[in-house]
Amino acid sequence: MMFAAAAAGLIIPMLMALVRGLAGPTLYDRVLAGNSFGTKTVLLIAVLGFIGGRPDFLDIALLYALMNFIGTIAILKFFRYRNLGVADSPDSKNGGTA
Amino acid sequence: MESGIVNILVDISLMTLLGITAIGIVRSRNLFATAMLSGIYSLISAAVFVTLDAVDVAFTEAAVGAGISTVLMLGAMTLTRRSEKHAIKLHIGPLFVTIGIGAALIYGTVDMPPFGSTDAPGFQHIVPEYIAGSRDDIQVPNIVTSILASYRGFDTLGETAVIFAAGIGVLFLLGRRREDEEADESSNSGKGEDA
Repeated sequence: MMFAAAAAGLIIPMLMALVRGLAGPTLYDRVLAGNSFGTKTVLLIAVLGFIGGRPDFLDIALLYALMNFIGTIAILKFFRYRNLGVADSPDSKNGGTA
Repeated sequence: MESGIVNILVDISLMTLLGITAIGIVRSRNLFATAMLSGIYSLISAAVFVTLDAVDVAFTEAAVGAGISTVLMLGAMTLTRRSEKHAIKLHIGPLFVTIGIGAALIYGTVDMPPFGSTDAPGFQHIVPEYIAGSRDDIQVPNIVTSILASYRGFDTLGETAVIFAAGIGVLFLLGRRREDEEADESSNSGKGEDA
């Protein structure tokens, strides 16, 4: 019962983050919506592991958390530099003018 | 029994979120919103895969769908405009084709064995042998590992060789381009000195 409440308490914020991702006026609202949605997914996977009686899902949730972080860094870095290379690479000039 | 009901409720909620996201992707004219929503879509489907016990598929979906595809879409977006052209025109023919194919697929699932059934054809042919022999013949406690690394070892070796060759190819492409740029820069600077 407790884990069911936890799952409900995660799915409702997921819906709210999704609404922000759909409606969000600025770009950063959407980035933040995607990032917080990823965090909620990680927590939901952990809770699902406990509901199904297999707490070893916790390791998978940890991996997801790491990957979510790297994904957000990649997206933000992409917006800052227009590519995933270093800031002073020749590509950044080409990407900026395109 | 109670966890079964909770699982069904979680499945229904996740499917609802998936539907909302899909409609949002179709309706949105802002390409950046579409890219982020498709990342969210991948995260939800990864959660759905976890509820189906396909953890490895879920991990691939989250890494490729939410991570790399989003960045690739953003990369494509820098080459084009930020918003889609406003051209909403209802096409009746494709709608009927889609509904018809969807109905045929749903009709096809009626004949499928129930989820997790041990009578499913996929579990009849050679799987009992794998399950029985995994511990004694291969002596690997994890059945998935023993199937991948031993029963289907040559298959896995072939896959690994393909991925290794692809990685070497990508490395060659990346290395080649950087050298060319350096050569261009040095030749340009040489010309500049001459002029």
